Amino acid sequence: MKLLVSGGRVVDPSQNMDSLADILIVDGRIAGFYNPGTCTAEAEVVSVAGMVVTPGLIDIHVHLREPGFEYKEDIVSGSRAAAAGGFTRVCCMPNTNPAIDTAAVVSYIIQQSHRAGFTRVHPIAAATRGMGGDTLTEVAELKAAGAVAVSDDAFPLQNAATVRRCMEYCAMLGMPLLTHNEDKSLTHGGSMNEGIVATSMGLPGMPACAEDIAVARNIALSELTGCHLHLLHISTKGTCDLLGAARTAGLNVTGEACPHHWVLTDEACASYNTHAKMNPPLRSQFHANAVKAALLDGTIQCIVTDHAPHADYEKQIEFDAAPFGILGLETSFPLVYTTLVQPGLMTLGRAIEMMAVEPARILNLPDGAGTLKVGALADIAVFDLEVEWIVDREQVQSKSHNTPFHGMTLKSRPRFTMLAGKQVRL
Amino acid sequence: MRHLLGLQNMPAAELQMLLDTALAFREIVDRPVKKVPTLRGKAVITLFYENSTRTRTSFEMAAKIMSAEAINIAVGQSSVAKGESLKDTLQTLQALKADCVVIRHPMSGAAHFAANTLHVPVINAGDGRHEHPTQGLLDMLTIRQVKGDLAGTVVAIVGDITHSRVARSNIWGLTTMGATVRLVGPTTLMPNDAHHLPVTVHTNLAEGLEGADVVNVLRLQTERQESGLLPSLREYSRLFGINHTSLANAKPDVLVLHPGPMNRGVEISADVADGKYGVNCAVEEQISNGIAVRMAALYTLMGANLPPVVDA
Repeated sequence: MKLLVSGGRVVDPSQNMDSLADILIVDGRIAGFYNPGTCTAEAEVVSVAGMVVTPGLIDIHVHLREPGFEYKEDIVSGSRAAAAGGFTRVCCMPNTNPAIDTAAVVSYIIQQSHRAGFTRVHPIAAATRGMGGDTLTEVAELKAAGAVAVSDDAFPLQNAATVRRCMEYCAMLGMPLLTHNEDKSLTHGGSMNEGIVATSMGLPGMPACAEDIAVARNIALSELTGCHLHLLHISTKGTCDLLGAARTAGLNVTGEACPHHWVLTDEACASYNTHAKMNPPLRSQFHANAVKAALLDGTIQCIVTDHAPHADYEKQIEFDAAPFGILGLETSFPLVYTTLVQPGLMTLGRAIEMMAVEPARILNLPDGAGTLKVGALADIAVFDLEVEWIVDREQVQSKSHNTPFHGMTLKSRPRFTMLAGKQVRL
Repeated sequence: MRHLLGLQNMPAAELQMLLDTALAFREIVDRPVKKVPTLRGKAVITLFYENSTRTRTSFEMAAKIMSAEAINIAVGQSSVAKGESLKDTLQTLQALKADCVVIRHPMSGAAHFAANTLHVPVINAGDGRHEHPTQGLLDMLTIRQVKGDLAGTVVAIVGDITHSRVARSNIWGLTTMGATVRLVGPTTLMPNDAHHLPVTVHTNLAEGLEGADVVNVLRLQTERQESGLLPSLREYSRLFGINHTSLANAKPDVLVLHPGPMNRGVEISADVADGKYGVNCAVEEQISNGIAVRMAALYTLMGANLPPVVDA
């Protein structure tokens, strides 16, 4: 089975490639690159003239809600949304019901994603049983079943000794620990960023330093244990500074940021817009600028979405009572392109590096994830950089509609993805 | 004006109009036969998710003086106890043909939510720690009655600023009308970013009261002490209690306000609360003014096309 992806601009930062080329795919794997029109192999041709072809994007931080919360999202709808966003792999967080704390749940998720066939899904295991914060999960067995990392996302570990034990155990097994960094004693009851906007709105705030304090603790424990620490959804200048210092010191620490944390500020919560409520919360312009700067100077390694669907009725409620979380998969690349690449702050190659190459490297994903090198699985994303479109919360693949970007005009849009050389049909 | 949700961003002209309307209605409240037909046939529903005797009764009195039907829903006894969402409850009230919904809710933004959900006017009777616009207006009306003008008046708001919707409505309304506002209270009950508000911030009561024309004393919820924000009520009272000694720093004719209910001996001494020794404490006048302000709000939102009530 031969396929020629023909006429596109191939951008693959894993091999420093940014040129017009035809890609030959044989039996689902990359077989070679040819100057446009020069490949003589007998292959079915997929024309992508005028488009950009990249390694499929990888989002290592999404919530697919299955099992347990299928009314918000399930693996079919979530992986469809991922494919619509140009993603060929996503890593899903363990705060499901039951939590991803047994091999059975890991296998179930992988099986469901294979059945759906839209995106590869790698489960992330819970750090503690039932995400209860006490007993470690059986990380070795979870890893053997296919979990790629361990995390406390949504239920941040408060006890430093528990974090230490998790890190020691993860380090032994070569698993990264992905931490949601929040000192709950400072954020308790808070529903948005602490600041003048929250004060005016009369909402209890979550101070930025609640993130910084947890980050400082987790970095110190990573230094003690040698565990690879990955900082989830960075939202403050303090975290950027601490991450930069840790990396300068040679520690095994990486970090990620979500588009909403540099595109929006806490002003988006005005008039009690629950679609702008997530955790960590939208911060002030000062912090948004710091996150953006840390992305541009390489302090932060990768871009994720923290895709967190919630049903309409859960968000159409008092602000304090609404759950944290927003959609992300279908707007992520267009937001990166519109806010960073198009204004000339970041090259397209670097954007793809932060959305495909680095995520694969950070979680050590298998099968040549994040590259189009010869021999790798032909997981490909195709983008139209010229199109302009308006985000419409009703026009999404996700089951839910909770996006704060509704009505925003964005440049560029994913056109389709391929999994092992097979075009994903939505 | 479609709704009365808060005084933040309300133009001076609208504030002025509401206060003027309230002043015109004030006389009706004192009539022996206090009934005018202005809102006859209109139904006002008060939806209270928090206990409140005075505010709810005040709205009910205002509606009844203007001949509207006043229907009170205390939420503990209704379908909300069965877990109905705020949205569904509001839509039910609309289908029951409410002409105006007055809402009190423990969560900030609940009144905005109601306004976004309903086609009929919504009056915020206090949402969380956000705003309590009719309380702000009745405080302003009382100050205007006594001091003649709001512009140039120095108002010290003393107490738990962080958790106070009364403080926020006062800040926005008073500063828009040209008054100077000072916030006075312990740092644990003062928003960290209060200095970004159009106010000055004081942690020393004597300094905050220096030359003040008005002192608005906030109620101190005793649970603030229980949740560790204060070492003791005794120390709070010593540092921030309003009594004859602390009032000596203010102007001699200082006007004392309190939104009630008062904790005598905590945030305000019994003598000051009772207006003894020549102190001008206007707590009762505030309550009567509250009826006029709520009449003005109901009239402005529901009866603006009707002939003015004072001629009725």
